[in-house]
Amino acid sequence: MSARLMQGNEAIAEGALAAGVRFFGGYPITPSTEIAESLAKLLPKVGGTFIQMEDEIASMGVVLGASLAGKKVLTASSGPGISLKQELIGYASAAEIPAVIVNVQRVGPSTGQPTAPSQGDVMQARWGTHGDHSIIVLSPWSVREAFDVTVKAVNYAERFRTPVILLTDEIVGHLRENVELPAEVEVYPRRTPKTSRAEGYEPYTPDDDLVPNVANFGEGYHIHVTGLIHDETGFPSGSPKVTREAIKRMNDKIARAEDIIEVHQEFMDDAEFAIVSFGGTARTAYEAVLNVRKRGFKVGFVRLVTIFPFADKVIRKLAGKVKGLVVAELNFGQLVNEVERAVAGQCPVKLCAKYDMTIFEPEEIEQSIDELIAEVNGNG
Amino acid sequence: MRKQLRLSGSGGQGVITAAIILAEAAVSEGKQAVQSQSYGPEARGGASKSEVIIDDEKIYHPHVKTPDFVLAMTQKAADKYFHDLNPEGVLILDDDLVPQSPDFKNIIRVPITKLAVEKLGKALFANIVALGVIVKVTKLVDFDTIKKSVARRVPPHTVEQNMTALQLGFDAV
Repeated sequence: MSARLMQGNEAIAEGALAAGVRFFGGYPITPSTEIAESLAKLLPKVGGTFIQMEDEIASMGVVLGASLAGKKVLTASSGPGISLKQELIGYASAAEIPAVIVNVQRVGPSTGQPTAPSQGDVMQARWGTHGDHSIIVLSPWSVREAFDVTVKAVNYAERFRTPVILLTDEIVGHLRENVELPAEVEVYPRRTPKTSRAEGYEPYTPDDDLVPNVANFGEGYHIHVTGLIHDETGFPSGSPKVTREAIKRMNDKIARAEDIIEVHQEFMDDAEFAIVSFGGTARTAYEAVLNVRKRGFKVGFVRLVTIFPFADKVIRKLAGKVKGLVVAELNFGQLVNEVERAVAGQCPVKLCAKYDMTIFEPEEIEQSIDELIAEVNGNG
Repeated sequence: MRKQLRLSGSGGQGVITAAIILAEAAVSEGKQAVQSQSYGPEARGGASKSEVIIDDEKIYHPHVKTPDFVLAMTQKAADKYFHDLNPEGVLILDDDLVPQSPDFKNIIRVPITKLAVEKLGKALFANIVALGVIVKVTKLVDFDTIKKSVARRVPPHTVEQNMTALQLGFDAV
């Protein structure tokens, strides 16, 4: 297939379709609306369902219902809408309902700057609901990767029975560029019960990977779904032991899966310093790395595709090899705190932050790395 | 060779659509292209800007820094967006909508919207007239390629009028 011009948001819709998503519920908001527009065209052609709900809360509710009924589901919004979805994201965590929530970030807080790029929802993606929940957060840097990461998000939602946040930004969401999409992708099927009702099936009994094989509604099993802490039967339990085990299992099922940690590294073999970034900002960081290397500085490129679970081991290891890290993010400083935690004092970490509606220029990131190099080498 | 373009005007003039069509034409000729856009919260009437970068190499940073070509369809856009033009670049202005030329060496004035209204009856075709001008001036893609890209993007019943619009722009410079 030859290359064609495609938008990031359109690629998310294509990725959802390829991964088997057959239900979208949503409410339009810039800069995410093209995802809904595309799926409104695509889903009916494959027997899927597109529904525009009355608001973002209902959109989250309807996708969770469809997921419990056996559909692979996705919803999309931007910060203001994601804030509204938070309660039901927690419900999906507790009740272990697979769902992908796309956040095409714009400037916040609140309605903020409706059409301008930002990466200010990093911590919302991780902690945007109450309680000790676990979550998976992925972020693409190109239109092609928007497709790939959407497929992964759907697969992870199904594999771990968890909400997955696809944390993209206006930069990638609205960008159009050359793309060639694969003819086929690997798809993780919906988990199914391994025992029958007669054999004493319990929907929330965890499998070997700590994830329960909850039967779909309407397929002959008795299922009870609740946001209350529940035991293997799915019914609420007031027991401290059940509570402790439930919270531990829900966190462990994702924390133990190291294969979902994806970090893109380049120029790291000789790197004395590195720039850490993600999403649309990484495109500018890449150009900054190329520029400083041309000037003779050994600077590497590190890009988090998986934002959460955070790549602690990868960052800790590379912090032991370099003299310093710059974290470039289009916000007041969020990911930098995670990086600092993982680095644990092994090397200096410098924040390169921006929050003025405009994306980074390569020179701005270069300036940060130049300053860091000067500080570390004592010329500053 | 990297070429950077900025198409600017106000919401509803179709500068974003024109940029998408141009980028699509470049991609169909085997080039790399990125297209980005910025606009205000309003659907119509607010400032609207779209940028296209065309290159043989992969494009990472998607922002236009020093445009080689700027199209301005309003006075406000012309005043705002000519500043960082490559000194050897070209500023293309809608002759009627931009009464005052900014202080720049290479300016091409074309009655883009007037042509659309007089020859096709609708200002709606101004963006495709502009595209004809851009292709003639920039030589970034073949005229045949842009024709195919326009035909793919516009509603089927408007293809003929859009081809006329494209030709009008192409012949106007």
